[in-house]
Amino acid sequence: MNTLKLLAVMVLTLTLSAFTAITDEDGYKIGDVATDFSLENIDGKMVSLSDFKDAKGFIVVFTCNTCPYAVAYEDRVEALNKKYADKGYPVIAIMPNNTDVKPGDNMEAMKARAKAKGFTFPYLMDKGQKIYPQYGATKTPHVYLLEKTKKGNVVKYIGAIDDNYKDASEVKTKYVENAVDALLKGKEIEVKETRAIGCTIKV
Amino acid sequence: MKRLLILSLLVICSCKNKSEDTKETKEPEISLNEKKEAENSADYHLKIYDYDGLEPLINKNDDKVHVVNFWATWCAPCVKELPYFEEINQEYKDKNVEVLLVSLDFPRNYESKLKPFIVKRNLQSEVVAFDDVDQNRWIPAIDKDWSGAIPATIIYNKDKRKFYEQSFTKEELETELKQFLN
Repeated sequence: MNTLKLLAVMVLTLTLSAFTAITDEDGYKIGDVATDFSLENIDGKMVSLSDFKDAKGFIVVFTCNTCPYAVAYEDRVEALNKKYADKGYPVIAIMPNNTDVKPGDNMEAMKARAKAKGFTFPYLMDKGQKIYPQYGATKTPHVYLLEKTKKGNVVKYIGAIDDNYKDASEVKTKYVENAVDALLKGKEIEVKETRAIGCTIKV
Repeated sequence: MKRLLILSLLVICSCKNKSEDTKETKEPEISLNEKKEAENSADYHLKIYDYDGLEPLINKNDDKVHVVNFWATWCAPCVKELPYFEEINQEYKDKNVEVLLVSLDFPRNYESKLKPFIVKRNLQSEVVAFDDVDQNRWIPAIDKDWSGAIPATIIYNKDKRKFYEQSFTKEELETELKQFLN
């Protein structure tokens, strides 16, 4: 009888803790498999991660035109793509904002910005805002580094690009570069998650 | 000379009957303030802190309820909710509530955007500028669940502390605040 009671309590505790875990879950954690998508690029074509047959992974950056932090990082996002696309880690930029709220982020504005800045990476519109909540992005810019594996694109790093939004020349730690370099060398990523201030994604 | 006369008259009026609130005294007072504002944006003394400087300001151990709002002039939802924090600051002053507005504006915009904003809006709550690039250190230190999106708000007293990574309506803000008032 006592064992039965104990068992019941154990089951109850487990169930409860399972529920808490579910409610606490907001987007991806390190080690989760990230969803693929099919989103419209600034050239009008639809882009999916599965299109990149030779990629070893992806530097997914949720970013936009209108956030001063995102703007501060534009050149550095472009530099990441230049450095790592050929090594198998292209940048995939996704604009997550509701363009009714932020017309400055609409497709026309995205095209204009990409042209002016000479973006060489896909700059996709999260139309319908279905993708960013799955990733758990809360702000722009917000980086998810994915590694292509047999079970899918596994999240290896979440957070900021580096540790100085103000001045690229004053950066001490390049979080994303360090993480990609580690993956390329088959080493463990030292800093897997970082925080940075950004603009709330507009819903 | 004429201006001086008006000015001195004003001073006398405003000294004499602050509480009486007659129309004559109220109107010129505002225009005088506006004039002062335009001139004083450059003179406004902005307090600037790094995290070590800010930390004691957001962890006070007194008998008050503290409402700390992280915002920036470039953050539209922040600017939208700012009046609610100002109203809270006024309406709950006598209930021992204190509002602190922590601006995350870029330092290069202090003169061109932040100071004129504070002066033009005539913000009554205490405003400080927070400049510390090592965000990965202080964001989790301020709250373990903060992803870094703003607006973000802390309400605390010496016994209890709550963190909100969200926008507020006036009602929502009051509802949360009231949990700290009893």
